[in-house]
Amino acid sequence: MRILFTLLVKEFKQIFRNRMLLPLMFVLPVVQMILLTYAASLEMKGIRMAVVDQDHSQASRLLVSRFQGSPFFEMNLATSDYLEALSELTSDKVDVILHMQHGFEKKLYAEKETSLQLVVNAINTTEAGLINSYCTRIVNDYNGQIRAEWFVSDGAGMMKTLDIIPKYWYNPLLDYKIYMFSGILVIIVTLIGMLLTALNLVREKEMGTTEQINVTPIRKYQFLLAKLLPFMIIALFELAFGLVLGRLLFGLPMVGSLGLLFLFTCIYLLVVLGIGLFLSTISQTQQQLMFMAFFFMITFMLMSGIFTPADSMPPWAQKINLLNPVAYFMKVIRMILLKGSGFGDITREFYSLCIYATLILTLAITNYRKTT
Amino acid sequence: MVQQEHIIEVKDLVKKFGSFTANDRLSFHVEKGEIFGFLGANGAGKTTAMRILCGLSYPSSGEIMVAGHDVYREREKIKKKIGYMSQKFSLYEDLTVSENIRLYAGIYGLRKKQIATREEQLLERLGMLQIRDRFISEIPLGWKQKLAFSVAIFHQPAIVFLDEPTGGVDPITRRQFWEMIHDATEEGITVFVTTHYMDEAEYCDRVSIMVEGRIEALDTPAALKQQFESENMNEVFLKLARK
Repeated sequence: MRILFTLLVKEFKQIFRNRMLLPLMFVLPVVQMILLTYAASLEMKGIRMAVVDQDHSQASRLLVSRFQGSPFFEMNLATSDYLEALSELTSDKVDVILHMQHGFEKKLYAEKETSLQLVVNAINTTEAGLINSYCTRIVNDYNGQIRAEWFVSDGAGMMKTLDIIPKYWYNPLLDYKIYMFSGILVIIVTLIGMLLTALNLVREKEMGTTEQINVTPIRKYQFLLAKLLPFMIIALFELAFGLVLGRLLFGLPMVGSLGLLFLFTCIYLLVVLGIGLFLSTISQTQQQLMFMAFFFMITFMLMSGIFTPADSMPPWAQKINLLNPVAYFMKVIRMILLKGSGFGDITREFYSLCIYATLILTLAITNYRKTT
Repeated sequence: MVQQEHIIEVKDLVKKFGSFTANDRLSFHVEKGEIFGFLGANGAGKTTAMRILCGLSYPSSGEIMVAGHDVYREREKIKKKIGYMSQKFSLYEDLTVSENIRLYAGIYGLRKKQIATREEQLLERLGMLQIRDRFISEIPLGWKQKLAFSVAIFHQPAIVFLDEPTGGVDPITRRQFWEMIHDATEEGITVFVTTHYMDEAEYCDRVSIMVEGRIEALDTPAALKQQFESENMNEVFLKLARK
């Protein structure tokens, strides 16, 4: 116990004396949390639209005015030449073309249906999907209006259309920032737990002090505990710090129990620290370690569901995700904070991570050798 | 005459890395309280053998006893009784002189009070009282080496292993360093030292000379000079290495 305490004092002194590490731990996450939350947004505003109106009718103008009224669209070009609009799309001056052909209104009257063309720049598929759904929404509203006003005496007009009024639970205003912020918090906690622990261990290996420690009667568990505990505490502190920041800046909701969140984070950190420890046992230099850690971080992060829903990944990818600790935490932090899930709702994730922690720590500790 | 105690006993020590044999059937013993010089050119296998004795590395085969314990089964017991100063500098650069002393003393389980008195005595003897709160990274190499040695014997081990302790320091500091080694033996500590400075071999009670993984000669410096008809240890070494 006394030996462990001696070692812990040493670790904390070294961490707080490191001039690079402190800003790394406290300033960078703040920058990230603020910057990424605002920047990595899936809300689109100012979609640039070109309108090709070859009909010049009341019906076509009504549709255009609908788009003009929307805060999401801005009209960059109004023309009757389709090719002109297409060249604007090609040179990336507009994102989408709305094309109404000659006879748009006439056909609508005569046949009670008509068609229009939407050309979307799909270089960025997510963006294209969003543009499409925004447009569909506006056209649907337009449909409703036309039916009500023009065909009111008609049989078809009498038929009430189904009107969907969505109610978004757990994030009623669909505030994307809240969703992003919780995700970024997960990444930061992971980064500190995994990367800093591993770097610290490999740095001692490079400096040669590990060898000196290995000839002393220190037990492996004492040394490793002293290495892991500080970063666990710092990562937990970082979580608390982030939650406060999120509350103040973005009004981050905290519906569920914070105690449960911290308990889950502790288990999660055991897994992450275990991975960091394991990586440090198989690398000799900080360079090797950085490369490996980078690989794992990127893979874990992009598969975790931070940007795209993990549930919509193909089944084989979801199987791989069983090994991705970040995916568990990503899901659970949002469940607890936004939805107020209790322990009963996260038991599967909780016990999975407990097993994961046991396995990875056993592997890492066995792989850490005092004698080669 | 009292029977001399063998504090290190090595019989047929072999260490292989793949097909390369770093230590080829080494057999020797070290007597309690002596300064045992472990000589050889770079790459002769000195450090490899020393790491095995310290419990840092597994031998491929052979019987090895250190301080009465078997290196296969009782490494942790051995570690309590030895001190070690590696070739690579082993103090923490970002801790102060005093913090380093306390850290290592704490690791060996010394009591707080005990540490405080011994630290005071040590710093006074080394003339480092004024710099006790300076970071290791700020003090000159020679001082660091002396401090590293003092830290290695702070817990009063039975044996101290020194791996090329005087690499890169000036002749005056080297001289002072060897005085410290002598003082340590007065306290009953056995010294096992590797070096490739042949003049330092003269300070040892007995030396072994390794060439390409084998011990080619082992005796007192005087006997070796006589055996190889040489003026000094340098000549002895050159004759052996060129054989």
